[in-house]
Amino acid sequence: MLSTKTIMDIETIRKDFPILQRKIHGKPLVYFDNAATSQKPRQVIEAIDFYYKNYNANIHRSIHQLGEEATAKFEEAHQKTADFINADSYQNIVFTKNTTESLNLVAYSLTAGLKKDDEIVISQMEHHSNFVPWQQLAKQRGLKLKFIKINKNGELDNDSINQNITKKTRIVSLTHVSNVLGTINPIEKIINIAHENNALMVVDGAQAAPHMPVDVKKLDADFYAFSGHKMLGPTGIGVLYGKKELLEEMQPFLYGGEMIREVKFDDTKFNDLPWKFEAGTMNIAEGIGLGAAIDYLNKIGMDNVQKHDRELVGYAMEKLNGIGGIKIYGPDERDAVISFNVGNIHAHDVAQVLDSEGVAIRAGHHCCMPLMSVLGVPATARASFYLYNTEKEVDVFINAIKKVKKVFG
Amino acid sequence: MDSIEAMYQENILDHYKNPRNAGKIDKASVHHHEYNPLCGDEIEMFLVIKDKKVADVKFHGRGCAISQASASLLTDEIKGKNIDDLKNMAKENILELLGISLSPVRLKCALLSLDTLKNSILIFEKYVGK
Repeated sequence: MLSTKTIMDIETIRKDFPILQRKIHGKPLVYFDNAATSQKPRQVIEAIDFYYKNYNANIHRSIHQLGEEATAKFEEAHQKTADFINADSYQNIVFTKNTTESLNLVAYSLTAGLKKDDEIVISQMEHHSNFVPWQQLAKQRGLKLKFIKINKNGELDNDSINQNITKKTRIVSLTHVSNVLGTINPIEKIINIAHENNALMVVDGAQAAPHMPVDVKKLDADFYAFSGHKMLGPTGIGVLYGKKELLEEMQPFLYGGEMIREVKFDDTKFNDLPWKFEAGTMNIAEGIGLGAAIDYLNKIGMDNVQKHDRELVGYAMEKLNGIGGIKIYGPDERDAVISFNVGNIHAHDVAQVLDSEGVAIRAGHHCCMPLMSVLGVPATARASFYLYNTEKEVDVFINAIKKVKKVFG
Repeated sequence: MDSIEAMYQENILDHYKNPRNAGKIDKASVHHHEYNPLCGDEIEMFLVIKDKKVADVKFHGRGCAISQASASLLTDEIKGKNIDDLKNMAKENILELLGISLSPVRLKCALLSLDTLKNSILIFEKYVGK
């Protein structure tokens, strides 16, 4: 960890997060539920506060000073997001409510143009947000939904990738990083395979964008979706990146104010990108908050965030494996997520005992019920890390796991 | 909840590890399965009902300590009781059996067995006979 500490001073970073001062049941909070949502630095909280106190106004239509300031900041947040994932322009960036809405937008708009028996390929490890929309739209529109299998290491099975993505495939939609297994999928390779078969590729980046540098141009992704709240930003703001020519062709997902250029009694011309997809008054403060979160991450550097998270997850894996009787799901090489079970003790009981030690983890099916059935367990406990977490906190977590074994011993 | 030891007290861990009335009844008057998708807790309950009274009950399931201990305690409690009275059982009765207080999230675990019981009785009355 020495090398990271010289680049990234975690103690200084921790001071930016007010919530880390909290005591839980009289003990310091150890927040290991970052895959669900991250904590927010004061810079993000203050940006939202400053907006409401100083230039709160509706955007785009207001011919007054406040409206112009709010519009400029909201549009600037689109540009910051574009730069963050190396998109060509702010026009590639559609703000939504969250990853789920981004994926629904793509799923509704893309499947509208498909014919009966066209095929969509997803995988067994998808979050419900990248599962249920495709499943339901496939039913409604008579499309075939196919699943790439996972192997026993919790990685996408190579043969299954090649068997499922064929000339009949029109859309492939996969997660970049599994929110349960931590698996980092070979997205760039799969995008190539999809494109060789003339299929479009949608990437669920909810667990990737917060933890590693993402370059949508290098990946050549057609669509890339992620959420602000998992990367230090507020809830209520999500992102959909899309290639410009595809976004231009697509029908809007929501109709109403702001997304129009001209409305007549018999027809409507839609607005330019990205506003064509941002109907009604958006979450303005949250968009500005996301801009502040991106500034914060850029200041630290996504390379450093990735290095820190990977080192910490490695440390935690080693310590967990050292306890004995712990089943860890997923591959050794992984992002900052560990799903595990302690013997036959139910994950909720594990989480409850950990909570009593101030350690916040998640327990349940993690919105991946199909994956749980493949793993053959009703639930797992899940610890997930971020840039403000430390090895010392992992040690507290490990001691709390030992306490679980003692209570249920 | 003062401490984790108070929640996972001896009584609860004992019922969790050695559930009373565990198993199935082949000729049950009614059996019913409930699932808590939030946690993946499951309980299937088998009831023999004679003259509106619970003549026998067994359950099997899997899940957290609270859900399984609650089912064990509840099945012990209801033997010989009138099903009309059981329909009126409330969360307070379950908490009293467990002897602990619970957060709203964990309350769902504790109440799964009560939901299973009540729905079993409703099914019995609707399809088997009042």
